[in-house]
Amino acid sequence: MLYYAVIVAILATMALALARALLGPSVYDRVLAVNMLGTKTVLLLAVAAFFIGRPDFLDLALTYALINFIGTLAVLEFFRVRAQRRLAEEEKGD
Amino acid sequence: MAMAVDVISWMLLTAGGFFVLVGGIGALRMPDLYTRMHAASVTDSLGAMLVLSGLVLQAGFSLDAVKLAAILIFMLFTSPTSANALASAALLAGINPGLAKPWRQEPRS
Repeated sequence: MLYYAVIVAILATMALALARALLGPSVYDRVLAVNMLGTKTVLLLAVAAFFIGRPDFLDLALTYALINFIGTLAVLEFFRVRAQRRLAEEEKGD
Repeated sequence: MAMAVDVISWMLLTAGGFFVLVGGIGALRMPDLYTRMHAASVTDSLGAMLVLSGLVLQAGFSLDAVKLAAILIFMLFTSPTSANALASAALLAGINPGLAKPWRQEPRS
Protein backbone atom coordinates (compact mmCIF):
# COMPACT_ATOMS: atom_id res chain seq x y z
CA MET A 1 0.00 0.00 0.00
CA LEU A 2 1.78 3.08 -1.26
CA TYR A 3 -0.94 5.30 0.22
CA TYR A 4 1.15 5.30 3.40
CA ALA A 5 3.82 7.52 1.82
CA VAL A 6 1.32 10.15 0.67
CA ILE A 7 -0.49 10.14 4.02
CA VAL A 8 2.79 10.53 5.93
CA ALA A 9 3.88 13.39 3.63
CA ILE A 10 0.57 15.21 4.11
CA LEU A 11 0.70 14.72 7.90
CA ALA A 12 4.28 16.04 8.04
CA THR A 13 3.23 19.09 6.03
CA MET A 14 0.35 19.68 8.41
CA ALA A 15 2.81 19.58 11.31
CA LEU A 16 5.03 22.13 9.54
CA ALA A 17 2.04 24.39 8.89
CA LEU A 18 1.06 24.13 12.55
CA ALA A 19 4.59 25.14 13.55
CA ARG A 20 4.37 28.17 11.25
CA ALA A 21 0.98 29.05 12.73
CA LEU A 22 2.39 28.88 16.24
CA LEU A 23 5.50 31.01 15.64
CA GLY A 24 4.29 33.28 12.84
CA PRO A 25 5.36 36.85 13.61
CA SER A 26 2.25 38.48 12.18
CA VAL A 27 -1.42 37.63 12.08
CA TYR A 28 -1.29 37.06 8.33
CA ASP A 29 1.32 34.34 8.68
CA ARG A 30 -1.10 32.52 10.94
CA VAL A 31 -3.95 32.98 8.49
CA LEU A 32 -1.76 31.61 5.70
CA ALA A 33 -0.76 28.62 7.81
CA VAL A 34 -4.36 27.85 8.75
CA ASN A 35 -5.42 28.09 5.10
CA MET A 36 -2.62 25.69 4.17
CA LEU A 37 -3.72 23.33 6.93
CA GLY A 38 -7.26 23.34 5.57
CA THR A 39 -6.06 22.46 2.09
CA LYS A 40 -4.01 19.62 3.53
CA THR A 41 -7.05 18.42 5.44
CA VAL A 42 -9.00 18.19 2.19
CA LEU A 43 -6.17 16.20 0.59
CA LEU A 44 -5.88 13.94 3.63
CA LEU A 45 -9.62 13.21 3.58
CA ALA A 46 -9.49 12.38 -0.13
CA VAL A 47 -6.50 10.06 0.25
CA ALA A 48 -7.83 8.41 3.42
CA ALA A 49 -11.15 7.73 1.67
CA PHE A 50 -9.34 5.56 -0.86
CA PHE A 51 -7.00 4.18 1.79
CA ILE A 52 -9.77 2.63 3.86
CA GLY A 53 -11.77 1.75 0.76
CA ARG A 54 -14.77 3.94 1.51
CA PRO A 55 -15.07 6.74 -1.09
CA ASP A 56 -18.08 8.28 0.65
CA PHE A 57 -15.64 10.52 2.49
CA LEU A 58 -15.18 12.55 -0.69
CA ASP A 59 -18.37 14.44 0.19
CA LEU A 60 -16.69 15.43 3.45
CA ALA A 61 -13.62 16.62 1.56
CA LEU A 62 -15.72 18.74 -0.81
CA THR A 63 -17.64 20.29 2.08
CA TYR A 64 -14.43 21.03 3.94
CA ALA A 65 -12.97 22.77 0.88
CA LEU A 66 -16.01 25.07 0.75
CA ILE A 67 -15.88 25.80 4.49
CA ASN A 68 -12.13 26.46 4.40
CA PHE A 69 -12.40 29.00 1.58
CA ILE A 70 -15.30 30.92 3.12
CA GLY A 71 -13.69 30.90 6.56
CA THR A 72 -10.41 32.27 5.25
CA LEU A 73 -12.18 35.06 3.38
CA ALA A 74 -14.26 35.95 6.46
CA VAL A 75 -11.22 36.14 8.75
CA LEU A 76 -9.29 38.24 6.22
CA GLU A 77 -12.21 40.63 5.82
CA PHE A 78 -12.34 41.04 9.60
CA PHE A 79 -8.63 41.90 9.82
CA ARG A 80 -8.84 44.17 6.75
CA VAL A 81 -11.63 46.21 8.34
CA ARG A 82 -9.64 46.44 11.56
CA ALA A 83 -6.54 47.68 9.72
CA GLN A 84 -8.59 50.24 7.79
CA ARG A 85 -10.09 51.54 11.03
CA ARG A 86 -6.64 51.86 12.60
CA LEU A 87 -5.37 53.76 9.54
CA ALA A 88 -8.34 56.14 9.70
CA GLU A 89 -7.69 56.80 13.40
CA GLU A 90 -4.02 57.51 12.69
CA GLU A 91 -4.96 59.98 9.95
CA LYS A 92 -7.40 61.66 12.32
CA GLY A 93 -4.66 61.87 14.94
CA ASP A 94 -2.34 63.55 12.46
CA MET B 1 -3.79 -1.65 -19.27
CA ALA B 2 -4.89 -1.65 -15.64
CA MET B 3 -1.26 -2.11 -14.61
CA ALA B 4 -0.20 0.92 -16.66
CA VAL B 5 -2.96 3.06 -15.14
CA ASP B 6 -1.87 1.91 -11.67
CA VAL B 7 1.75 2.80 -12.32
CA ILE B 8 0.87 6.26 -13.67
CA SER B 9 -1.44 6.87 -10.71
CA TRP B 10 1.24 5.91 -8.20
CA MET B 11 3.77 8.13 -9.94
CA LEU B 12 1.35 11.08 -9.75
CA LEU B 13 0.59 10.39 -6.09
CA THR B 14 4.27 10.16 -5.14
CA ALA B 15 5.13 13.35 -6.99
CA GLY B 16 2.19 15.07 -5.33
CA GLY B 17 3.34 14.01 -1.88
CA PHE B 18 6.85 15.23 -2.65
CA PHE B 19 5.62 18.65 -3.77
CA VAL B 20 3.32 18.95 -0.75
CA LEU B 21 6.27 18.25 1.54
CA VAL B 22 8.53 20.72 -0.30
CA GLY B 23 5.91 23.45 -0.02
CA GLY B 24 5.49 22.80 3.70
CA ILE B 25 9.23 23.05 4.32
CA GLY B 26 9.33 26.26 2.28
CA ALA B 27 6.42 27.76 4.20
CA LEU B 28 8.32 27.11 7.42
CA ARG B 29 11.79 28.29 6.39
CA MET B 30 11.23 31.29 4.09
CA PRO B 31 12.18 34.64 5.64
CA ASP B 32 9.25 36.83 4.62
CA LEU B 33 5.46 36.67 4.52
CA TYR B 34 5.23 36.98 0.75
CA THR B 35 7.87 34.37 0.08
CA ARG B 36 6.00 32.09 2.47
CA MET B 37 2.85 32.68 0.44
CA HIS B 38 4.78 31.74 -2.68
CA ALA B 39 5.91 28.49 -1.06
CA ALA B 40 2.43 27.66 0.23
CA SER B 41 0.92 28.22 -3.22
CA VAL B 42 3.13 25.39 -4.49
CA THR B 43 1.34 22.95 -2.21
CA ASP B 44 -2.04 24.47 -2.93
CA SER B 45 -1.80 24.22 -6.70
CA LEU B 46 0.74 21.63 -7.83
CA GLY B 47 0.64 19.23 -4.91
CA ALA B 48 -3.14 19.13 -4.70
CA MET B 49 -3.45 18.81 -8.47
CA LEU B 50 -1.06 15.86 -8.68
CA VAL B 51 -2.55 14.01 -5.68
CA LEU B 52 -6.14 14.44 -6.87
CA SER B 53 -5.21 13.42 -10.44
CA GLY B 54 -3.69 10.24 -9.10
CA LEU B 55 -6.82 9.53 -7.10
CA VAL B 56 -8.97 10.15 -10.20
CA LEU B 57 -6.97 7.47 -12.01
CA GLN B 58 -7.54 5.15 -9.04
CA ALA B 59 -11.29 5.79 -9.03
CA GLY B 60 -11.89 5.01 -12.68
CA PHE B 61 -15.16 5.90 -14.42
CA SER B 62 -17.49 6.47 -11.49
CA LEU B 63 -19.13 9.18 -9.43
CA ASP B 64 -16.04 9.39 -7.23
CA ALA B 65 -14.00 10.66 -10.17
CA VAL B 66 -16.57 13.42 -10.72
CA LYS B 67 -16.38 14.39 -7.04
CA LEU B 68 -12.58 14.49 -7.16
CA ALA B 69 -12.67 16.62 -10.29
CA ALA B 70 -15.10 18.98 -8.56
CA ILE B 71 -12.73 19.33 -5.59
CA LEU B 72 -9.81 19.95 -7.97
CA ILE B 73 -11.60 22.63 -10.01
CA PHE B 74 -12.89 24.32 -6.86
CA MET B 75 -9.42 24.47 -5.30
CA LEU B 76 -7.99 25.73 -8.58
CA PHE B 77 -10.40 28.68 -8.42
CA THR B 78 -10.32 29.42 -4.70
CA SER B 79 -6.60 29.17 -3.94
CA PRO B 80 -5.60 32.26 -5.99
CA THR B 81 -8.58 34.13 -4.56
CA SER B 82 -7.47 33.44 -0.99
CA ALA B 83 -3.87 34.35 -1.84
CA ASN B 84 -5.01 37.64 -3.41
CA ALA B 85 -7.15 38.54 -0.41
CA LEU B 86 -4.33 37.67 2.00
CA ALA B 87 -1.72 39.70 0.13
CA SER B 88 -3.97 42.74 -0.21
CA ALA B 89 -4.88 42.63 3.48
CA ALA B 90 -1.22 42.30 4.51
CA LEU B 91 -0.19 45.19 2.26
CA LEU B 92 -2.95 47.36 3.67
CA ALA B 93 -1.84 46.52 7.20
CA GLY B 94 1.62 47.86 6.37
CA ILE B 95 3.71 44.69 6.16
CA ASN B 96 6.53 45.57 3.77
CA PRO B 97 7.64 43.00 1.20
CA GLY B 98 11.26 43.52 2.22
CA LEU B 99 12.57 44.17 -1.27
CA ALA B 100 14.96 46.89 -0.13
CA LYS B 101 16.56 44.83 2.61
CA PRO B 102 20.24 43.84 2.39
CA TRP B 103 21.12 40.28 1.54
CA ARG B 104 22.32 39.26 4.97
CA GLN B 105 19.38 39.41 7.34
CA GLU B 106 18.72 37.36 10.42
CA PRO B 107 16.74 34.21 9.64
CA ARG B 108 13.46 34.27 11.54
CA SER B 109 13.15 30.51 11.78
